[in-house]
Amino acid sequence: MTTVTKTAGTTEAERSGGGRRVKKDGGSPPSEGVALNVFSHGFLAVWAVLIVLPLAWLMLGSFKTDSQIGGSALSWPSNWHLDAFSRAWDKGIGDYFAHTMIVMVFSVPLTMLLGSMAAYVLARYPFRGNRIIYYFFVSGAMFPVFLALVPLFFMVKRLDMLNTYQGLIMVYVAYSMPFTVFFMYSFFRTLPTAVHEAAVIDGASDTRIFFQVMLPMAKPGLISVGIFNVLGQWNQYILPSVLMQPQSGSDPERYMLTQGLIQLQYQMGYETDLPVLFAGVTIAMIPMLVVYLSFQRQIQAGLTSATLK
Amino acid sequence: MSQVAQSRGRLGFITGFLVLPLALYLTFVIWPYIQTFGYSFTDWSGQSPTFRFVGVENYTALMKDEVFRGALWHNLLLLVFVPTITILLSLFFAFMLNAGGRGGAGGVKGVRGSAFYKVVYFFPQVLSLAILAVLFGAVYRSDEGGLLNGFLTKIGIVDAAHPVEWLNEPDLVLWCLLMVVVWHGVGFYLVLFSAAMQSVPKDIYEAALLDGAGRAQTFFKVTLPLLWDSVQTSAVYLGIAAMDMFVLVSTMTSGQFGGGPDHHSEVMATVLMRNFLYFGKSGYACAMGVVMLILTMILSLITLRATRRERIEF
Repeated sequence: MTTVTKTAGTTEAERSGGGRRVKKDGGSPPSEGVALNVFSHGFLAVWAVLIVLPLAWLMLGSFKTDSQIGGSALSWPSNWHLDAFSRAWDKGIGDYFAHTMIVMVFSVPLTMLLGSMAAYVLARYPFRGNRIIYYFFVSGAMFPVFLALVPLFFMVKRLDMLNTYQGLIMVYVAYSMPFTVFFMYSFFRTLPTAVHEAAVIDGASDTRIFFQVMLPMAKPGLISVGIFNVLGQWNQYILPSVLMQPQSGSDPERYMLTQGLIQLQYQMGYETDLPVLFAGVTIAMIPMLVVYLSFQRQIQAGLTSATLK
Repeated sequence: MSQVAQSRGRLGFITGFLVLPLALYLTFVIWPYIQTFGYSFTDWSGQSPTFRFVGVENYTALMKDEVFRGALWHNLLLLVFVPTITILLSLFFAFMLNAGGRGGAGGVKGVRGSAFYKVVYFFPQVLSLAILAVLFGAVYRSDEGGLLNGFLTKIGIVDAAHPVEWLNEPDLVLWCLLMVVVWHGVGFYLVLFSAAMQSVPKDIYEAALLDGAGRAQTFFKVTLPLLWDSVQTSAVYLGIAAMDMFVLVSTMTSGQFGGGPDHHSEVMATVLMRNFLYFGKSGYACAMGVVMLILTMILSLITLRATRRERIEF
């Protein structure tokens, strides 16, 4: 239904647009441009619906009753109360949210700081072993995380940091290092040396130059990598699901949001309270939606340049 | 400041800046990577501190492990289909967005609203795989409450009394998972290809148009060769994603760490996790990790080699 209206609507708009353009260009017959516009818009609109529909459907599900969800997928929610959301929050979504925030408040800035420091030194100071250390850092991006999983678990266990925030923070920082160093390295290389020399003549120390001159100049690069790291660490599932399990009866659970959602899915499967699950997912999705809509240009640019480099 | 003192200060600065990042990285990434190789030759359970060196026993056992071989086969299937479908779809959409609105000799134009499409298409990329797992778990529900079944019942393709059990159907489950990955990825690669297309100078397209090239010809003779580098990079990334698949399989399918029904959706990562956390066979799991690494390496090399072309400068 939605598809049809959408296609028809855009066709109308395009027909007039296409006609105008042809008149201006005075080129090939108008039929070609119009037909192709309908053709491309048709496919494009279908895919857009395929993206939006499941998401909208899920969000609507938070307002349904459990039997309504089980009954028919296409039913319209009967009540618009927010109680499924508050139940989801009480079921732990609030806590999972808080845990994830606690970890990220430390892990993202630390990743950026330590990654930039290493990348800066490697990019701008020639010293013995420079290349080796650089390749050492970068090579980590090539290996699947599964390769390290078993020893990593026992390493963190030996440090007595299973199910602790600091343990997970350090692991996140370490695993974000290859990409951060790789990206910031190429960024620091492009910064002009003249600025650095001027700062040296002014008598600034290396550390001061880094923090007061180079780091501010690298801001566009930092934003790109920052977005990449925020998304990557926020969405991480495998590392917390191995490292953040309560180690004893008295050890409180410190699940991350992704882990918590899956936990909620199991729970709600038994308790048959699906609106709570849908509300939980909606709560988890909304911050990403807001962040995405506000920064979508930077996010798209950041992620694509990150991949192409 | 004398030369010596200055260089000593430099060295201190360099060391100071490298020591923490390097220490963290070595402890939590490099050392575990190396240890995996060692553990893979032992019968370590993970529980007891003692273990025995067993040579290549784990690897020979792996070759005989039916479940692992099935998982390997599934990974290879995904390896072929995930990149192919995702890249084809995103190339198609990217071309539509960037050249779909061309009219007359004035040149190539994007369709109207291409910015809007890009925003919508890209959104799944910022969602976590856990959200995707719950979302598509609901979409693929095996009763009328699932979006897919509900819709197909409505239009009369599926009998309401016998809805399709998408994720419990041995022949369907892997393809259902594959569609989730494609749904998730297309937007990202579309934006990627779009960016690459926009960096192609407009006059190349205009020259092709003047020479009378049609839409298809423009795409295959001009656009695709110029995008080949990005296509190649995408193939490697998608291939690596297809080797993993852990989150979706372990959370959407039945069984301990997923893989059901009856191992029909098993991938190497889920077998590894089950052996490690459930059966307590750490050494065996490490051997699987090594196999995954070797396959990933081979895959990247093959992709880079097979898709190698003359680089076009523009």
